[in-house]
Amino acid sequence: MGAFIELLIFLGLLATGYFVGQVIERRHYASIRVRERRYRDIMAFPMRFAPNAVAAQDAYLVSGTVVISADYFKTFVAGLRNLIGGNFRAYETLMERARREAILRLKEDARRRGSSLVVCVRFETTTISSGWAPAMEIFAYGTALVPRAMPERAAGSVPPGSVSASLSRG
Amino acid sequence: MIISNLEIIPGKRVASHLGMVQGSTVRAKHVGKDIFASLKNIVGGELKGYTELMQEAREEAIKRMTAEARSIGANAILNVRFATTSISAGAAEILAYGSAVRLEDLG
Repeated sequence: MGAFIELLIFLGLLATGYFVGQVIERRHYASIRVRERRYRDIMAFPMRFAPNAVAAQDAYLVSGTVVISADYFKTFVAGLRNLIGGNFRAYETLMERARREAILRLKEDARRRGSSLVVCVRFETTTISSGWAPAMEIFAYGTALVPRAMPERAAGSVPPGSVSASLSRG
Repeated sequence: MIISNLEIIPGKRVASHLGMVQGSTVRAKHVGKDIFASLKNIVGGELKGYTELMQEAREEAIKRMTAEARSIGANAILNVRFATTSISAGAAEILAYGSAVRLEDLG
Protein backbone atom coordinates (compact mmCIF):
# COMPACT_ATOMS: atom_id res chain seq x y z
CA MET A 1 0.00 0.00 0.00
CA GLY A 2 2.77 2.39 1.03
CA ALA A 3 4.69 1.65 -2.13
CA PHE A 4 1.56 2.27 -4.18
CA ILE A 5 1.03 5.72 -2.60
CA GLU A 6 4.67 6.56 -3.20
CA LEU A 7 4.30 5.57 -6.84
CA LEU A 8 1.17 7.70 -7.08
CA ILE A 9 2.97 10.75 -5.66
CA PHE A 10 5.87 10.16 -8.04
CA LEU A 11 3.58 9.93 -11.06
CA GLY A 12 1.67 13.00 -9.89
CA LEU A 13 4.89 15.02 -9.65
CA LEU A 14 5.98 13.72 -13.03
CA ALA A 15 2.68 14.73 -14.65
CA THR A 16 2.66 18.15 -12.94
CA GLY A 17 6.22 18.75 -14.06
CA TYR A 18 5.43 17.69 -17.61
CA PHE A 19 2.25 19.71 -18.16
CA VAL A 20 2.92 22.83 -16.08
CA GLY A 21 6.57 22.84 -17.14
CA GLN A 22 5.54 22.79 -20.78
CA VAL A 23 3.13 25.71 -20.28
CA ILE A 24 5.82 27.72 -18.45
CA GLU A 25 8.33 27.01 -21.20
CA ARG A 26 5.92 28.00 -23.97
CA ARG A 27 5.02 31.26 -22.19
CA HIS A 28 8.66 32.05 -21.57
CA TYR A 29 9.52 31.56 -25.25
CA ALA A 30 6.58 33.78 -26.28
CA SER A 31 7.76 36.54 -23.93
CA ILE A 32 11.37 36.17 -25.13
CA ARG A 33 10.28 36.58 -28.76
CA VAL A 34 8.28 39.73 -27.98
CA ARG A 35 11.13 41.33 -26.04
CA GLU A 36 13.77 40.34 -28.59
CA ARG A 37 11.80 42.32 -31.16
CA ARG A 38 11.61 45.28 -28.77
CA TYR A 39 15.37 45.32 -28.14
CA ARG A 40 16.41 44.60 -31.72
CA ASP A 41 17.98 48.06 -32.06
CA ILE A 42 20.48 47.31 -29.30
CA MET A 43 23.46 45.38 -30.60
CA ALA A 44 25.57 43.15 -28.39
CA PHE A 45 28.95 41.79 -29.52
CA PRO A 46 31.53 39.59 -27.86
CA MET A 47 34.51 41.47 -29.31
CA ARG A 48 37.07 42.97 -27.00
CA PHE A 49 37.40 46.46 -28.41
CA ALA A 50 34.97 49.21 -29.22
CA PRO A 51 34.44 49.37 -33.01
CA ASN A 52 34.93 53.12 -33.24
CA ALA A 53 37.88 53.49 -30.93
CA VAL A 54 38.62 57.15 -31.58
CA ALA A 55 35.30 58.75 -30.63
CA ALA A 56 34.90 59.63 -26.99
CA GLN A 57 32.28 57.44 -25.37
CA ASP A 58 30.97 56.77 -21.92
CA ALA A 59 31.34 53.17 -20.79
CA TYR A 60 29.17 51.35 -18.28
CA LEU A 61 29.28 47.78 -17.07
CA VAL A 62 25.88 46.23 -17.78
CA SER A 63 24.68 42.76 -16.89
CA GLY A 64 21.77 40.38 -16.95
CA THR A 65 21.29 37.33 -14.81
CA VAL A 66 18.78 34.53 -14.52
CA VAL A 67 18.54 31.48 -12.30
CA ILE A 68 16.58 28.72 -14.00
CA SER A 69 15.54 25.28 -12.86
CA ALA A 70 14.45 22.16 -14.70
CA ASP A 71 11.05 20.65 -13.93
CA TYR A 72 10.56 17.27 -12.31
CA PHE A 73 9.82 15.56 -15.61
CA LYS A 74 12.94 16.89 -17.32
CA THR A 75 15.09 15.90 -14.37
CA PHE A 76 13.66 12.38 -14.42
CA VAL A 77 14.08 11.90 -18.16
CA ALA A 78 17.59 13.34 -17.92
CA GLY A 79 18.39 10.59 -15.44
CA LEU A 80 17.25 7.96 -17.95
CA ARG A 81 19.01 9.73 -20.79
CA ASN A 82 22.24 9.51 -18.85
CA LEU A 83 22.20 5.75 -19.35
CA ILE A 84 22.32 5.91 -23.14
CA GLY A 85 23.91 9.31 -23.74
CA GLY A 86 23.31 11.61 -26.70
CA ASN A 87 21.55 14.94 -27.13
CA PHE A 88 19.09 15.87 -24.47
CA ARG A 89 16.63 18.26 -26.07
CA ALA A 90 14.76 19.26 -22.90
CA TYR A 91 17.90 20.57 -21.21
CA GLU A 92 19.04 22.22 -24.42
CA THR A 93 15.91 24.36 -24.56
CA LEU A 94 16.25 25.12 -20.86
CA MET A 95 19.78 26.49 -21.25
CA GLU A 96 18.94 28.23 -24.51
CA ARG A 97 16.05 30.22 -23.10
CA ALA A 98 18.06 31.07 -20.00
CA ARG A 99 20.86 32.49 -22.18
CA ARG A 100 18.43 34.46 -24.32
CA GLU A 101 16.79 35.79 -21.17
CA ALA A 102 20.15 36.86 -19.73
CA ILE A 103 21.03 38.70 -22.96
CA LEU A 104 17.63 40.41 -22.94
CA ARG A 105 18.20 41.63 -19.39
CA LEU A 106 21.64 42.85 -20.38
CA LYS A 107 20.05 44.83 -23.23
CA GLU A 108 17.39 46.15 -20.87
CA ASP A 109 20.18 47.41 -18.62
CA ALA A 110 21.92 48.98 -21.64
CA ARG A 111 18.76 50.77 -22.69
CA ARG A 112 18.36 52.16 -19.18
CA ARG A 113 21.80 53.75 -19.70
CA GLY A 114 20.72 55.15 -23.07
CA SER A 115 23.08 52.86 -24.97
CA SER A 116 22.48 50.88 -28.15
CA LEU A 117 25.83 49.11 -28.32
CA VAL A 118 27.22 46.54 -25.90
CA VAL A 119 30.69 45.15 -26.51
CA CYS A 120 32.86 42.54 -24.82
CA VAL A 121 29.85 40.42 -23.85
CA ARG A 122 30.79 37.41 -21.75
CA PHE A 123 28.75 34.55 -20.35
CA GLU A 124 29.23 32.82 -17.07
CA THR A 125 27.35 29.71 -16.03
CA THR A 126 27.19 28.42 -12.49
CA THR A 127 25.50 25.35 -11.08
CA ILE A 128 23.56 26.50 -8.04
CA SER A 129 22.19 23.11 -7.11
CA SER A 130 22.25 19.71 -8.74
CA GLY A 131 20.76 16.26 -8.18
CA TRP A 132 16.98 16.17 -7.93
CA ALA A 133 16.54 19.92 -7.98
CA PRO A 134 18.98 21.22 -10.59
CA ALA A 135 19.26 24.99 -10.91
CA MET A 136 21.68 26.97 -13.06
CA GLU A 137 22.63 30.59 -13.07
CA ILE A 138 23.39 32.23 -16.40
CA PHE A 139 25.09 35.58 -16.09
CA ALA A 140 25.85 37.80 -19.06
CA TYR A 141 27.89 40.97 -18.78
CA GLY A 142 29.45 43.50 -21.10
CA THR A 143 30.31 47.15 -21.59
CA ALA A 144 27.59 49.49 -22.83
CA LEU A 145 28.91 52.43 -24.83
CA VAL A 146 27.16 55.78 -25.06
CA PRO A 147 28.52 58.32 -27.54
CA ARG A 148 29.24 61.59 -25.76
CA ALA A 149 28.27 65.14 -26.75
CA MET A 150 24.84 64.19 -28.02
CA PRO A 151 22.43 66.95 -26.93
CA GLU A 152 19.43 64.65 -26.36
CA ARG A 153 21.52 62.54 -24.01
CA ALA A 154 22.09 65.39 -21.58
CA ALA A 155 21.40 64.68 -17.93
CA GLY A 156 17.76 64.76 -16.91
CA SER A 157 16.34 64.08 -20.36
CA VAL A 158 14.54 60.94 -21.39
CA PRO A 159 17.10 58.40 -22.58
CA PRO A 160 16.72 57.45 -26.25
CA GLY A 161 15.07 54.10 -26.69
CA SER A 162 12.63 54.53 -23.83
CA VAL A 163 10.25 56.23 -26.26
CA SER A 164 10.29 53.36 -28.73
CA ALA A 165 10.02 50.92 -25.82
CA SER A 166 6.81 52.49 -24.58
CA LEU A 167 5.46 52.66 -28.14
CA SER A 168 6.02 49.00 -28.84
CA ARG A 169 4.49 48.15 -25.48
CA GLY A 170 1.36 50.15 -26.22
CA MET B 1 34.44 55.79 -11.51
CA ILE B 2 34.36 53.97 -14.86
CA ILE B 3 33.86 50.24 -14.52
CA SER B 4 34.20 48.22 -17.69
CA ASN B 5 35.34 44.86 -18.97
CA LEU B 6 37.01 46.52 -21.94
CA GLU B 7 40.76 46.97 -21.98
CA ILE B 8 40.68 50.34 -23.72
CA ILE B 9 37.99 52.97 -23.19
CA PRO B 10 37.36 54.94 -26.40
CA GLY B 11 38.59 58.52 -26.10
CA LYS B 12 40.59 57.79 -22.94
CA ARG B 13 44.17 56.89 -22.23
CA VAL B 14 45.62 55.02 -19.28
CA ALA B 15 47.83 57.45 -17.38
CA SER B 16 48.96 54.96 -14.73
CA HIS B 17 48.31 51.39 -13.66
CA LEU B 18 47.61 50.85 -9.98
CA GLY B 19 47.39 47.06 -9.85
CA MET B 20 44.58 44.60 -9.36
CA VAL B 21 41.57 45.26 -7.20
CA GLN B 22 38.95 42.80 -6.12
CA GLY B 23 35.75 42.53 -4.18
CA SER B 24 34.01 39.40 -3.05
CA THR B 25 31.02 38.31 -1.05
CA VAL B 26 29.69 34.99 0.17
CA ARG B 27 25.93 34.70 0.20
CA ALA B 28 23.70 32.06 1.68
CA LYS B 29 20.19 31.25 0.64
CA HIS B 30 17.25 32.21 2.80
CA VAL B 31 15.39 29.19 4.22
CA GLY B 32 12.00 30.45 3.04
CA LYS B 33 13.29 31.10 -0.45
CA ASP B 34 14.94 27.70 -0.44
CA ILE B 35 11.69 25.91 0.38
CA PHE B 36 9.86 27.90 -2.28
CA ALA B 37 12.61 27.12 -4.78
CA SER B 38 12.39 23.39 -4.14
CA LEU B 39 8.64 23.57 -4.80
CA LYS B 40 9.31 25.58 -7.95
CA ASN B 41 11.64 22.81 -9.04
CA ILE B 42 8.64 20.54 -9.66
CA VAL B 43 7.36 22.76 -12.45
CA GLY B 44 10.63 24.36 -13.52
CA GLY B 45 11.23 27.88 -14.76
CA GLU B 46 12.96 30.88 -13.29
CA LEU B 47 13.74 30.97 -9.58
CA LYS B 48 13.20 34.71 -9.06
CA GLY B 49 14.36 34.69 -5.44
CA TYR B 50 17.72 33.25 -6.45
CA THR B 51 18.05 35.63 -9.38
CA GLU B 52 17.62 38.57 -7.00
CA LEU B 53 20.07 37.02 -4.56
CA MET B 54 22.77 36.66 -7.22
CA GLN B 55 22.09 40.17 -8.50
CA GLU B 56 22.45 41.70 -5.04
CA ALA B 57 25.59 39.67 -4.38
CA ARG B 58 27.22 40.91 -7.61
CA GLU B 59 26.32 44.50 -6.80
CA GLU B 60 27.91 44.06 -3.39
CA ALA B 61 31.08 42.56 -4.91
CA ILE B 62 31.34 45.46 -7.39
CA LYS B 63 30.79 47.94 -4.57
CA ARG B 64 33.66 46.45 -2.54
CA MET B 65 35.94 46.38 -5.57
CA THR B 66 35.08 50.02 -6.32
CA ALA B 67 35.82 51.01 -2.72
CA GLU B 68 39.25 49.39 -2.94
CA ALA B 69 40.00 51.11 -6.24
CA ARG B 70 38.94 54.47 -4.86
CA SER B 71 41.14 54.03 -1.79
CA ILE B 72 44.26 53.68 -3.97
CA GLY B 73 43.34 56.70 -6.08
CA ALA B 74 42.00 55.06 -9.23
CA ASN B 75 39.30 56.63 -11.36
CA ALA B 76 38.51 53.54 -13.42
CA ILE B 77 38.55 49.75 -13.26
CA LEU B 78 39.20 48.04 -16.57
CA ASN B 79 39.06 44.42 -17.69
CA VAL B 80 36.59 43.48 -14.99
CA ARG B 81 35.92 39.74 -14.64
CA PHE B 82 33.54 37.77 -12.48
CA ALA B 83 33.93 34.36 -10.89
CA THR B 84 31.31 32.37 -9.02
CA THR B 85 31.90 29.34 -6.87
CA SER B 86 29.41 27.31 -4.88
CA ILE B 87 31.01 26.74 -1.52
CA SER B 88 28.34 24.44 -0.15
CA ALA B 89 24.83 23.49 -1.24
CA GLY B 90 23.40 26.74 0.14
CA ALA B 91 26.21 29.26 -0.25
CA ALA B 92 28.07 30.84 -3.13
CA GLU B 93 31.05 33.13 -3.38
CA ILE B 94 30.94 35.89 -5.93
CA LEU B 95 34.17 37.58 -6.89
CA ALA B 96 34.68 40.63 -9.06
CA TYR B 97 38.19 41.69 -10.05
CA GLY B 98 39.84 44.08 -12.44
CA SER B 99 42.72 46.46 -13.09
CA ALA B 100 42.62 49.75 -11.24
CA VAL B 101 43.90 52.55 -13.45
CA ARG B 102 43.98 56.32 -13.72
CA LEU B 103 42.44 57.41 -16.99
CA GLU B 104 42.82 60.73 -18.72
CA ASP B 105 41.11 62.21 -21.76
CA LEU B 106 42.88 61.93 -25.09
CA GLY B 107 44.04 65.22 -26.59
